[in-house]
Amino acid sequence: IRPDHGFGRISVFIQRDYSSGTICKFQTKFPSELESRLDKQQFEETIQTLNNLYAEAEKLGGSSYLEGCLACLTAYTVFLCMETHYEKVLKKIARYIRDQNEKIYAPRGLLLTDPIERGLRVVEITIFEDRNIGSAR
Amino acid sequence: MKNCEYQQIDPRALSVSPLSAQIHTEKKEQRPRRKWEVFPGKNRFFCDGRLILSRHSGVLPLTLGLIVVTCGLFFAFDCPFLVKHLTVFIPVIGGALFVFVVISLLRTSFTDPGILPRATLDEAADLERQIDSSGSSTYRPPPRTKEILINQQMVKLKYCFTCKMFRPPRTSHCSLCDNCVERFDHHCPWVGNCVGKRNYRFFYSFIISLSFLTSFIFGCVIAHITLRSQAGKSLVQAIQESPASVVELVICFFSIWSILGLSGFHTYLVASNLTTNEDIKGSWSGKRGAEESGNPYSYNNIITNCCVTLCGPLPPSLIDRRGFVPPDEVVPAASTASQMELPHFSTKNDVNMCTQSTKDVLERMINSGSQTLCSPGPPKTTPLVQGLPSTAALSPEPPPSAGCSGPLGRRPTDSRCPLFSRSSEKESLHSINPAFRLASPSPSVTRTAKTLGGAADVSFMPLQPGSVGDEAP
Repeated sequence: IRPDHGFGRISVFIQRDYSSGTICKFQTKFPSELESRLDKQQFEETIQTLNNLYAEAEKLGGSSYLEGCLACLTAYTVFLCMETHYEKVLKKIARYIRDQNEKIYAPRGLLLTDPIERGLRVVEITIFEDRNIGSAR
Repeated sequence: MKNCEYQQIDPRALSVSPLSAQIHTEKKEQRPRRKWEVFPGKNRFFCDGRLILSRHSGVLPLTLGLIVVTCGLFFAFDCPFLVKHLTVFIPVIGGALFVFVVISLLRTSFTDPGILPRATLDEAADLERQIDSSGSSTYRPPPRTKEILINQQMVKLKYCFTCKMFRPPRTSHCSLCDNCVERFDHHCPWVGNCVGKRNYRFFYSFIISLSFLTSFIFGCVIAHITLRSQAGKSLVQAIQESPASVVELVICFFSIWSILGLSGFHTYLVASNLTTNEDIKGSWSGKRGAEESGNPYSYNNIITNCCVTLCGPLPPSLIDRRGFVPPDEVVPAASTASQMELPHFSTKNDVNMCTQSTKDVLERMINSGSQTLCSPGPPKTTPLVQGLPSTAALSPEPPPSAGCSGPLGRRPTDSRCPLFSRSSEKESLHSINPAFRLASPSPSVTRTAKTLGGAADVSFMPLQPGSVGDEAP
């Protein structure tokens, strides 16, 4: 039974994949509800790119350590004027999701929601149904 | 593009336009609320949502007071003597340490520790559907655990009944703050906040710098008294000359034991990439004995663990305190059938073009559907998420068909069909009806009460479906 809360709008939630630990990564399993709407390959590509972007945000390396040390030395006041690396990548992710919505998802009646709006718990894909559901009630 | 779409909507909305205009002016009168104002956890916010503190702020004033008083006494009574007899760097170092300690403390206290926002009703319903479909025959609460494999180790994820989601690994629910916190370490009464992923490094730098500060002051005061008593006076006389030093000595002496101990403990935790929570529960040590690989999150290298914990990237706050509550969010308060909403014309969110176009499709559907939907009896009020006690409060009221038909809003106490509900008394029922809530095509996050006409006390519905069940932190 679908949770048809509204009028032809169903949400599919892509949950997090914790197999690699606590890093932000989403499952690439293709949900069955999207089968009629979207190519499996496109979906996987979107999710994989998102995963890569989040991995970039959380990457541990020279630059992130430098940022951390600088912050520590300035008693963390440096972030009042500077944007963290993570935030920069989040902006990139927002742009990417916008692009994907414009090019791929909206033409198919789908909408990708930025996971940050869901606390990085899920990727929500909303399916807008075209049928007139007024009569369905 | 947005303008074009607005015009596309207009012809359909002509029948409701007078009222919608009214609604709009009322909307403008009502100040848009920020998300922190409707936050469901037990937190306090300052500076318009920029600073967050736990409601159980514990002894933070005491901590600050102790530090300030001790340092004040130090600068006032010991430093002049020491500057004269030793070096001018003593107050400089002391001052730098003091500043660092206070900033770290304030940062720890006022930073979001990594609170996870509660699941939206959609998500909760979806989760429940998945769980139900995976075999349980009776309608009972979702199973409490889910096992996953992390680095070849079985980790149990618990279901949080308050936040309606499976907690990510290392996340724990703080009962004092009523929030799930990522990489939950502990709730520290001294700083008045939880210590979690986002403020652990501040906490650590606080206790380390505080150790240095207390040791420094302790040493300087000892030096001060020693020097005084060396100049031909007895110890008692020296103390009488500088009584403040005794106060400082006592404070520092008792602090040093605890602070140094805590610093040592947390250094061990940092080096092994553990949290206090995991250490106390023995999550990894019991199972694997002395093996380091017991902890699946550890990099098995002290330096790497330290760097990751203290210098790793700082994730942003997930609760978006200063974001605006989207104006299309409606509390489907009472079960009135007419609690439909026209998709909002204006939104405070960054609705991009695509969202507008798909919403447009939906708007047309809703407009056609709402007329038929208003008149029949009470719509589906089945609570989709089990365990929401407030849904029981939904009183099946007689279908306010009068409220729906014709010019909308003739009955202000009833919600108007396709527009936002004005019934503040109904909104105060704290009930949730997911069937109505999702009428809006907007993908935006949460739903709140639409307070028209200044019903100031309307609470934030969907993220706080009442505290369901017990929750162990």
